[in-house]
Amino acid sequence: MSAIEWVIVVLVVLCAFFSLLAGLGMLRLPDVYSRLHATGKSSVLGVVLAMMASFLYFTAERDVEVWKLLLVILFVLMTTPVAALIISRSGYRTGTPLHPSSVSDELKPYYESLEAAASKEKNREDQMTK
Amino acid sequence: MFNTILSWLLVIIVIASLLCSVRVVIGPTIPDRIAALDTLGLQLISFTGILMIVQDTVAYTEIILVVGLLAFAGSVALSLFLERRNLFERD
Repeated sequence: MSAIEWVIVVLVVLCAFFSLLAGLGMLRLPDVYSRLHATGKSSVLGVVLAMMASFLYFTAERDVEVWKLLLVILFVLMTTPVAALIISRSGYRTGTPLHPSSVSDELKPYYESLEAAASKEKNREDQMTK
Repeated sequence: MFNTILSWLLVIIVIASLLCSVRVVIGPTIPDRIAALDTLGLQLISFTGILMIVQDTVAYTEIILVVGLLAFAGSVALSLFLERRNLFERD
């Protein structure tokens, strides 16, 4: 095995390690917010390392430069945090409970004040129609 | 040698996706399942990237791009559907 092949093997080993970490976190952590915290970072890192290994292999060994693979890295880095944010926000808004061992919920007063404002507005409209 | 090592690493990624599939099946809430499917899509991307090295072909690059797009669009659409919000704002 040449030196470049060793580099590719190291990159792919790290990619497999981070993918396994994402799978383990998905299975073992207690609620949806901590699961998203585990997978949102390590699975992206796995994809980035796999794409770098693939690009390196085809550039160094086969003399084909596949720029689309680097485009995939850019795309995944942009979209996965957005997807994790939207999933956790929709989970919070539809009332997915936090695990009982969580210590603070800073978003709760905000949503309660929003609800209070909405119900106040509704009461005023009811009185106006009367 | 090189291909053997990469094939065993593919097996590890398959095990990771199996762990995610377990969460898709048993997940107690819907956001759990959406998050597990999103992670499954990302692991499928890395699997295909390594499979390109093992099989020595560049034919799968478009498939990787499309799977990435579909995983993102699918999880966003499912989450907004769960929130009962409009995907496309009209008027």
